[in-house]
Amino acid sequence: MRMSITDQPIDTVALRQRLFHRSAGALVAFEGWIRDHNEGRTVTALEYEVYKPLAVSEGESIIATVCEDIDVIDVLAVHREGYLDIGGCAVWVGVVSAHRDEAFRACRRIIDEIKVRLPIWKKEHYVEGDSGWVNCERCASHAHDHHHSHSHG
Amino acid sequence: MKTLTVRYFALFRDRARRDQEQIRTEATSALSLFAELEHRHGTEDPRGHCKVAINDVMVDWDAPVNDGDTVLLFPPVAGG
Repeated sequence: MRMSITDQPIDTVALRQRLFHRSAGALVAFEGWIRDHNEGRTVTALEYEVYKPLAVSEGESIIATVCEDIDVIDVLAVHREGYLDIGGCAVWVGVVSAHRDEAFRACRRIIDEIKVRLPIWKKEHYVEGDSGWVNCERCASHAHDHHHSHSHG
Repeated sequence: MKTLTVRYFALFRDRARRDQEQIRTEATSALSLFAELEHRHGTEDPRGHCKVAINDVMVDWDAPVNDGDTVLLFPPVAGG
């Protein structure tokens, strides 16, 4: 399995080692971190909810498609679930290829697809003590305000 | 009339105040089921921002629902 979900801190060193290949000339890795602000509010922590069966199968499908299109050697992707503090690593995507261009392109495509396709939700906890689901309460809201123009992901 | 299991996630679970429920319905598609359950999830039209799966397979909103199906209602995702 190249896509996984974990409730433990992501061990990026171990993942990097798992991607070692003698024919690889490039590793491109993306780490998504928990930042302390979003849309003007101070964030103290994030909580990820994941529907694992489909998160894994959608992730595997994304990786398989990208590997068909781009000449890479191997891919690993991990997403966290549960409660994360500021600075925590929420998602890691690593791609190895013979040359850097393929690894950059594949890594970018995989993380972009992960963000819009996997059934994963995050609840932000704010410094004021309240919390809210991201992306977004106003979008999945009651009928009166469903006409909007912002994008997702 | 068919019996379906409906599961709610994240924002939808909070609004519905339940993880899942069994319902009896005449709904023929995922979209018509979603509309019937608006009093639970509070969303008028899911197309374009919400997703749906039937029996652990992602489907389009016009997919048919059949007796015994488990329908998963996903509010806008926010991974990464």
